[in-house]
Amino acid sequence: MHAPTKIELSRRELMGTAGALVFAFSVSDPGTVAAQQVMAAPEGGANSALDPTELDSWLAIAPDGKVTVFFGKMDGGQGTDLAMAMIVAEEMDVPLKDVDVVEGDTARTVNQGGASGSTGVRFAGSALRVAGAEARRVLVMKAAEKLGVDASQLTVTDGVVSVAGDPARKISYAELIGGGHFHSKIGWNKQYGNPLALTSPARPKTHDQYKIVGTTQPRLDVKGKVFGTKPWVQDIRVEGMLHGRMVRPPVAGASVASVDESSIAKIPGVQIVRKGDFIGVVAPREWNAIRAARTLKVNWTRTPDPFPDQAKIYDHIRQSPVTKSDKTEEGQVDAAFAGAARVVEAEYEWPFQSHASMGPACALADVRADGVTVWTGTQKPHFAAQGVAGVLGVPVEKVRAIWVAGPGSYGRNDAGDATMDAAVLSQAVGKPVRVQYMRNEGHGWDPKAPASVHRGRAALDKDGNVLALEFWSRGFSRLETNSTEADPGDTLAGMLLGHKGKRTPAFNLPENAYTFSNKRLGWETIAALLPGASPLRTSHMRDPLGPQITFASESFMDEVAYAVGADPVEFRLKYLTEPRDRAAIQAAAEKAGWQPGKAGTRRTQRGNIVTGRGVAYQQRGGTIVAIIADAEVNTRTGEIRVPRVVVAHDCGLIVNPGGLRHVVECNVVQGLSRTIHEEVKFDHRNVTSVDWLTYPIVDIGEAPRVIDVVLLNHPEAISTGAGEATMRPLAAAVNNAIFEATGTRLRRAPLNAARIKASTV
Amino acid sequence: MAQYRLKVNGTVHTIEADPGMPLLYALRDDLKMDNPHFGCGLSQCGACTVHLDGVATRSCVTEMSKVGNREVTTLTGLGTPEHPHPLQTAYVEEEVPQCGYCLNGWIMTAAAFLKTKKHPTEDEIRDALAGLKCRCGTHTGIVRAVKRAAEKMA
Repeated sequence: MHAPTKIELSRRELMGTAGALVFAFSVSDPGTVAAQQVMAAPEGGANSALDPTELDSWLAIAPDGKVTVFFGKMDGGQGTDLAMAMIVAEEMDVPLKDVDVVEGDTARTVNQGGASGSTGVRFAGSALRVAGAEARRVLVMKAAEKLGVDASQLTVTDGVVSVAGDPARKISYAELIGGGHFHSKIGWNKQYGNPLALTSPARPKTHDQYKIVGTTQPRLDVKGKVFGTKPWVQDIRVEGMLHGRMVRPPVAGASVASVDESSIAKIPGVQIVRKGDFIGVVAPREWNAIRAARTLKVNWTRTPDPFPDQAKIYDHIRQSPVTKSDKTEEGQVDAAFAGAARVVEAEYEWPFQSHASMGPACALADVRADGVTVWTGTQKPHFAAQGVAGVLGVPVEKVRAIWVAGPGSYGRNDAGDATMDAAVLSQAVGKPVRVQYMRNEGHGWDPKAPASVHRGRAALDKDGNVLALEFWSRGFSRLETNSTEADPGDTLAGMLLGHKGKRTPAFNLPENAYTFSNKRLGWETIAALLPGASPLRTSHMRDPLGPQITFASESFMDEVAYAVGADPVEFRLKYLTEPRDRAAIQAAAEKAGWQPGKAGTRRTQRGNIVTGRGVAYQQRGGTIVAIIADAEVNTRTGEIRVPRVVVAHDCGLIVNPGGLRHVVECNVVQGLSRTIHEEVKFDHRNVTSVDWLTYPIVDIGEAPRVIDVVLLNHPEAISTGAGEATMRPLAAAVNNAIFEATGTRLRRAPLNAARIKASTV
Repeated sequence: MAQYRLKVNGTVHTIEADPGMPLLYALRDDLKMDNPHFGCGLSQCGACTVHLDGVATRSCVTEMSKVGNREVTTLTGLGTPEHPHPLQTAYVEEEVPQCGYCLNGWIMTAAAFLKTKKHPTEDEIRDALAGLKCRCGTHTGIVRAVKRAAEKMA
């Protein structure tokens, strides 16, 4: 190997006037080159200002005319970065291939909230659309001055401004500003995060003018991933870095009584870092850090068993005191039930689920006297920088968080915890520290999607019309651990070091568009089983509470349809009036070849295999999804297959149809996994789902043979987001198909073979 | 500690390592070859897969002392942007990955499979890849890409 050469990148160059921290990189090591690449400023036209009211904070034009977009969220492989590039290319009239996206770096992007709630295109895209239109307006004004004509006579093609009817009179964006700054103001609503919005005198294009938006374009990240040339956060290295591993208690909530340092004396180079109950090891060699964390003898205090019998978890949820509740009510619900000819009632249960990201989290932190850098896989690097500042006791201006793609991003997983652990370890040992969790931590200690119980009640008149609907959810909070790491108390390290966190009690109401005249929708939360650094602390996981609530609410709609002898598709259409809701259901039914008929009559049998077809529909923040799923159940074993899923998907204006299909397909398969397999197991002492054997997910043999995606484009409407919506009705569609196949209604997820067998055979 | 000669993608390297250390850490930490990923360390997911003399092998549980003289091939050794393996071309054309962290395991396993199996059926592809994990749910794309590559390689 070549002798390492040092490149020194001045932090001043990277951060404008901020600190002067200097990093050393070895150019012979792809990991440090990757670290350097993800930090480096684009050539020319760097956005030295991160003032949201400066156009330079959003866009830069290099000397060759290439455009860099500064995107304050990040893309976890769903193509949102490409969507940003398409939107900006469209507004600026530059070729898409000339647009690059810098994302999720706190030194170079404004806080647009990170990946959050499927708002990438909806909110960040809207802001960047305004920025792109404003950039075009400013550049055309400059061109008008240079060319000596009125701006109204100018057109722009491929980044070249020319006089209409006299194309020889022209000037390019590169000539106008390449490598320089706009020094131009843009309107800002004074909000950071998801609600951040920009305004400008420029008028963005109308949809009938679109040439790029609405076409299928190749993703920006695929080649780098396929050839292994694009780094994941696991691949980032800096010179002199140590490897860290954490030591977690065998009983959740136990404290460290003492540490026997001699137990790892034979492993070379290991340092133990202990701060109260925060305990980790660092070593120059990764394998030694792993061995040390496994071998280190820690005496833990005896602590009362923190968890109830898993078999009784739903009784626990039903019986525990309510910490907070909320409801909405329309009409006269109680009166409607009092006058009902018939009441249909059912309860549904959903377990804790784990993000179980493909790789356990990894982060690298370099804590120095003059500044802190963390390389992190968290979806919300701007907030993580705040949390790192808080846990280290340094000003947030001194912390730079650089997002690098992690092994899967579906919400508040373990990425932020690893970031904080790395920061605390690096501060303690005075060197850069890379922390990578082991598999049992990734499953065992990531924040969980909350377990819950849901009750549906419907009042019917004598003719089977629905007079009233009541729907209650009760479960653990979706924000026991916040969805960002801005408060150190929302991370394991922070909690172990005494930070409390807000521990907000919160659940969600179902988004219910059915036109029942009397409706009561509510939720209640209960306290966490173990407050603080618990392996069952709950937070956001893809479509927070959507699968839980919709599994119940849309299974219940089917139960009511069955009770009144209606066709499940017709029954839903009867109570939906909005054309887009109806169109989604009708499109799914048409694509699937739905045969009209009463609920419970779609069963076919061949040998031991019974087959059924189910429907479910739901809105999510304006996006409408209708799903029809086929289920095959083996009546001898209970084994289930879902050979075909049809999804009709309406998220308003579609930016990139090919990318959207991919997002929907992946949602179907991950949703199926959560529906038929996923349940976090625990005993009285700790989580026992600690790997892929104890937390099975969908296998390739179980993935649907056919996923038909019907995209319903509404270019006149805003884009309402697609990252999560399909996840919402999937479980109910499968459950309704199982009911059709078996005649037995399941009400507890996951709908696995053991449960199907126990209830139907 | 012991000294090991490792032939990776055609180049011989000498490494000092604990005999019980898995090959994965020699590749990533000593040779800075980041294609194989740590996913589980338990041979349950496949993210760490390399070829040993052409056989798909989980490097996270393959101890250094057990590698012997077998030649190691990583994803980069399989193909590059200039000279892609048909599976890599198919993966790009089908835009398979979401996060992409698992992709190394699927491509390395499928490449070994397609060397011995021409014209596989969809069931045979699914059987050959059973047990590999993908958390993002790209499975249907994986099947399409492997079918596409198989057609090219036949």
